[in-house]
Amino acid sequence: MIYMLTHYAFVRYALIAGLITGVVAPLIGSFVVVRRLSVIADALAHVTLSGVAFGILMGTISRTMGLVDPVYYGTLFALVAALFIEKLRNVYRFYSELAIPIILSTGVGLGVVLIGLAHGFNVDLMGILFGNILSVTKADLVRIAVAGAVVIATVFLFYKELVSLSFDEEGARLSGVPAGTINFIFSALIALVISVSMQIVGILLVSALITLPVASALRVAHSFRSLIAYAIIFAEISVILGMTASFYFDLATGGTIVLVAVGILLIVLLAGRVRQLVRA
Amino acid sequence: MHEEILKVNNVSFRYAEQDVIKNVSLTLHRGELLGLVGPNGSGKSTLLKLILGLLPLRRGEVYWFGVPLSRFREWPRIGYVSQKASSFNTGFPATVEEVVLMGLTAKLGLFRRPGRRERRAVEDVLELVGMEEFKKRTIGALSGGQQQRVFIARALVTDPEVLILDEPTVGVDMRSEERFYELLEKLHRERALSMILVSHDLGVVSQKMDTIACINHELFYHGTAEHFRDVQDEVVLKTYGREMQVITHSHAYGSHRRPAFEACWDDQRAYVRGESDAPEKEAFKQTEQGRSSMQATRAEKEEPTLVGGDQH
Repeated sequence: MIYMLTHYAFVRYALIAGLITGVVAPLIGSFVVVRRLSVIADALAHVTLSGVAFGILMGTISRTMGLVDPVYYGTLFALVAALFIEKLRNVYRFYSELAIPIILSTGVGLGVVLIGLAHGFNVDLMGILFGNILSVTKADLVRIAVAGAVVIATVFLFYKELVSLSFDEEGARLSGVPAGTINFIFSALIALVISVSMQIVGILLVSALITLPVASALRVAHSFRSLIAYAIIFAEISVILGMTASFYFDLATGGTIVLVAVGILLIVLLAGRVRQLVRA
Repeated sequence: MHEEILKVNNVSFRYAEQDVIKNVSLTLHRGELLGLVGPNGSGKSTLLKLILGLLPLRRGEVYWFGVPLSRFREWPRIGYVSQKASSFNTGFPATVEEVVLMGLTAKLGLFRRPGRRERRAVEDVLELVGMEEFKKRTIGALSGGQQQRVFIARALVTDPEVLILDEPTVGVDMRSEERFYELLEKLHRERALSMILVSHDLGVVSQKMDTIACINHELFYHGTAEHFRDVQDEVVLKTYGREMQVITHSHAYGSHRRPAFEACWDDQRAYVRGESDAPEKEAFKQTEQGRSSMQATRAEKEEPTLVGGDQH
């Protein structure tokens, strides 16, 4: 593995991209989970699929449009969908969870139609759905690094507003926190994180990387800051172990990363149970 | 005359063709303790949300410190503990210190992070509410009464001039309720806070507050607590819509106090309108809570019977 890292640029790109994802996915995931919006990442990831498909279709129609990486279309679609989810949650105030399946099914439906329309385009659909970390190019890495830096900087700048809104939205609004603006920024961050994570674990597994490390961290955290710290540690362990295991055992990288995250969750749950038994 | 802190002029609010609030006018002066009482579903929380700008004000006027609500921006001058505070996500992994710091979010403004001064303010306010030793504990690990104190600390950390409490003792035990009212007296004494206390517990409010506003969609009484005690039968009849006999008994918190009186009724069923979450939650519900909260007895009973309330 060390030899591969020192001799092959694509392995280095893959590892760095994975490590960046291991920070930003659980960072934004901590807010997503405590706001009870875990499924939102799944819905937006599916919309990203339709955005990517749209981008590829545009590439087949127009050479100019084809110059734009389809991932940017995916991010744009996810951002618009995030705004629609906010709107729908207000429309269905007492069934706000309805907003997510509406957007999710729209995303899948549109994605399938667009892929069908662009039949014949040469695309690695499996890579989009399940990730292909080894396909990360230098340009991809730059995009992922810039998006990751934007996510980290934004969370740092708006940390106290994001925490306040996550804990008690009504109280935060009343005290003068610009809830509308912060919620919009939050939605944009989720869209960005999905675009960052997509190439690493794929559209179908993005929400796993956003929520699984946080689910583990919730069992051991004693403050919100420690929740974020533990979630990032668990995510990074998942990325490093997952990549190493996939390299040695020739497994699908995205799936292996997610399975390691599931393994960590099981260990944490088991440790909690053992601790309870010892105390009893 | 003390300065007018809050002025409410002919405020009305309709939802689904129904008057939730109808032509309510109120004032709150500096240092005044105002008790807002009425049966469940009478629009108390809706009125609060209107005067706090959490619901759109379409009819009537609200002035905070002489400034119309639409132009009022100095929200840190107002501390608010919502009814929802008692039903927050107890699994939220935040320490008591983090929760109280959240109260400073808007006052600090965008991009400014809490520093030593803010942490000192948090410690001071936790000491004030008697929760300083719990500052590193997670909020979900505390009892209902302790959580209530933390939420009050969060509301107080901006050093507000007014404290608004919406049904603050719902879900807390009698001992915590006693300590809660002791805390309110301390805050009023030490910080000269004006307060609005929303409650359906007529007995406590009429004893603890300076002024009373009785509301059941419209205002049936607004005046001093002292005068209220003289006209209570008439006011209760109008507000609750039935004849009741107000009885007195000593309340659990503080035998040194004058006996609090509670309205009690012996109906087997009480119908209350659920309003805790939103005004549109209009379905009338038969609840045990309604029976115990009203705590009223019919006048024709020679020996009134307490139903659901604590008999001390």
